[in-house]
Amino acid sequence: MPQFWLLASLSIISLIYGYVGYMRSARISTSIRLNSRSTYHASFVALCAFLPAFMLVIVVAIADGVFIRNAIAEYYPLELTASDEFNEILAFSQVRNFVNGVIFTETEQWVKDAGAAWLSWDAQIRNVSSVVIICLSFISGFLALHKISADFTSRSYVERIITWFLRICSLIAILTTIGIVFSVIFESFRFFSLIPVSEFLFGLTWNPQFEGAERAGSGQMGLATYGSIPLFFGTLLISVIALSVAVPVGLLSAIYLSEYATHRTRSIVKPLLEILAGIPTVVYGFFAALTVAPFVRSLGMDLGLDVASESALAAGLVMGIMIIPFVSSLSDDVINAVPQSLRDASLALGSTKSESVKQVVLPAALSGIVASVLLAVSRAVGETMIVVMAAGLAANLSLNPLDAVTTVTSQIVTILVGDQEFESAKTLSAFALALTLIIITLLLNFSALKIVKKYREHYE
Amino acid sequence: MNNQSNESHATLHDADRVKENLRKRRAEEARFKWLGRAAIGLALSFLVVLFISIFSKGIPGFFQYYVTLEVFLDAERIDPEGDAGVNSLYAGDAKGVINDAVFEILKPEGRKAKKSARKIVSKGAEKRLRNMILNDPSLLGKTIEVQFALDDDIDSFLRGFIDRNTPESDRRIDDTMISFVDTLNEMGIVSYRLSDYLFFGSASRNAEMAGIRGAFVGSIITLAICLSIAFPLGVATAVYLEEFAQKTRFTEFIEININNLAAVPSVVFGILGLAIFINLFGIPRSIPLVGGIVLALMTLPTIIISSRAAISAVPPSIKDAALSLGASKHQAVFHHVIPLALPGMLTGTIIGMAQALGETAPLLMIGMVAFIVDIPGGITDPATVLPVQIFMWADFSERMFIYKTSAAIVVLLAFLITMNIGAIWLRKKLERRW
Repeated sequence: MPQFWLLASLSIISLIYGYVGYMRSARISTSIRLNSRSTYHASFVALCAFLPAFMLVIVVAIADGVFIRNAIAEYYPLELTASDEFNEILAFSQVRNFVNGVIFTETEQWVKDAGAAWLSWDAQIRNVSSVVIICLSFISGFLALHKISADFTSRSYVERIITWFLRICSLIAILTTIGIVFSVIFESFRFFSLIPVSEFLFGLTWNPQFEGAERAGSGQMGLATYGSIPLFFGTLLISVIALSVAVPVGLLSAIYLSEYATHRTRSIVKPLLEILAGIPTVVYGFFAALTVAPFVRSLGMDLGLDVASESALAAGLVMGIMIIPFVSSLSDDVINAVPQSLRDASLALGSTKSESVKQVVLPAALSGIVASVLLAVSRAVGETMIVVMAAGLAANLSLNPLDAVTTVTSQIVTILVGDQEFESAKTLSAFALALTLIIITLLLNFSALKIVKKYREHYE
Repeated sequence: MNNQSNESHATLHDADRVKENLRKRRAEEARFKWLGRAAIGLALSFLVVLFISIFSKGIPGFFQYYVTLEVFLDAERIDPEGDAGVNSLYAGDAKGVINDAVFEILKPEGRKAKKSARKIVSKGAEKRLRNMILNDPSLLGKTIEVQFALDDDIDSFLRGFIDRNTPESDRRIDDTMISFVDTLNEMGIVSYRLSDYLFFGSASRNAEMAGIRGAFVGSIITLAICLSIAFPLGVATAVYLEEFAQKTRFTEFIEININNLAAVPSVVFGILGLAIFINLFGIPRSIPLVGGIVLALMTLPTIIISSRAAISAVPPSIKDAALSLGASKHQAVFHHVIPLALPGMLTGTIIGMAQALGETAPLLMIGMVAFIVDIPGGITDPATVLPVQIFMWADFSERMFIYKTSAAIVVLLAFLITMNIGAIWLRKKLERRW
């Protein structure tokens, strides 16, 4: 926590400077009219005392990691670096574990030396940088304090700093996207260097295994294979089941609520339907695994059908319940956006209400409804907990809803939960799956937004 | 004349056809209306079934069976070193004292019967006894009445899930244990009451001792981190995009990014946390700090979108008035627009937090799924959260875990409902119509 104390003392210094600045400008303002109000002068001084030092803190925090990593490299013994299996990340984490006090086995001498050097550098950097940072804070605050005068425009400076702060905050959205793309793409490339893309995209068996297990011969069916077709079929199957529940129920509810229901009914039913969207997915998963799946199974048994205990049908049904409100509230919005004049015209020509809904309103709202269904599909494809808890892990290539199937998301979770060896194709395969998942959901989202945009232009 | 009658005949025929047609169309209309009602009924009945299925198990999950025993707290056996300290108590034989109290009542004969008798009281009993003495050492040497939880198999038996008529080899408790439980029941010392383990216990593999306190504290810490990151960032982004940004290609790019992030599946944010924060930055796994950051990035789009809507709902006349009185743009925005938009921003934030509270998948990726017994005390202590705890318990096959899982779900839902009602109340109370 050294950074914490450093930041705390920086804040205190800047607060004191702010107070001094306020008093100073208040004193000046008794005799002469200032350009800016005292609070602006105070914030200017406080910001000047804080920001440069704060930036230095960040620079030091980033730079010392890089510096130490390079410096540690000199401690790696020759026979280690010369060998073919040398892995810098592994060696570095060995030292890091030693420094953090995590020791699993007998530590080698070079690790101890490197760790001791690390600790001494760390202490030196910390002491020197703390002194420099505090001094910087004092100096910059002092300089700012002396800028306070009648015609100094501190307000515009403060406002400029605030604008920059806001601008940087808005960059987080881009940074997150970049982070997602990078975290997935690098590992995916590593995966595709081990497994050819064609095998991943068109292979018909999914049987990931850790290399260790494979070598020891304890793998279930020999070689690991990474054909993702069964996973995408499973995802498709469960999504189709979910949509065949959610689309009719959601769409008909939306039509009834927007065309027939009284204001009162609407104001009660709509929030109730939206509760379905607010229930955590883990609760749906529990419900699916514990209530729906046994029910489906026993129903199937009564009908003489062979139902897997973790059937796609159960997971799909529950997922369908979950996405009803997505379909219904988005469709509701687009149906409400259809101009009343269209309805009036159709009713004036003598059609009944249902005829005007079916022949005028729905065609007019069709693109919006399609968009809402696409968004529901993207929800279903990305949904994780229900399938993890209720759909099982058997990668069957089957379109029978009574079979057990697995999905892309549930494989990602299963592979990445717990400890991983980051070198193994099994772990890396999860990143490749995530990459395809992102591409699919973004394509769905993009096309949905495109359709909505087109539709809007049509009427406005 | 003839012509006319022919015509009227035709009209009559047409009128019939129209009538017939109208009848069909009206029937179709009624059918359609009923179809809509049926759809809504179906959706609501799903909701009802879901709630009934959760609550019917969740409410009994709040309770469990206890047995009241008279225990003689033999100072020499329990506290061999005589200082009533932790080490001394752990060296002592609290378990034996409890077993003696059980034997006193049940009087088992032979080793097998004694073994069965020992299994009746929960494994957590000795810990409870030690804690009582730690809190009040003056109890040593006295005989006191203590309520201990019964073992989860006995609990299931008392709830009626283990049939005494099934063959002995097929059930989890043997005949001797059943006869012991019957004796205890006849003596009237078995009670069914609110489970203190559920609320104050931590994660445990023993169903009767498992509780949600650790997960609950973990949830609160994680949510606090999430809020303190997501709210300032979200509001700042919304203010910038809505009030200060010029319409350039760059701001358009930011907007596209925000919309995309809102559509990215939550599990992907977990991968982001794993790859960037844990692997690249080397932050340890399983800690609320990473969980909070990941959830903050996930809820950011929700907060930004609703904050922007709240800002753009403030009429421009307010800002214009401030500007015309000589306020700078910043003053107009920060002194007038933001305070008026704040209720809407807070509503969006609460909804985002509710979403974060119920989220499971990304937290599995960053290792918050570990079995953690200690109650987390800070942002860098290993912790788990309520939904993940539910996920882990759902995997256990013991009957009692199903009940405890449902009870944990009821607690989670109660919090989510409170948050959502809070959001609605806030909107109703502070909302202004311009």
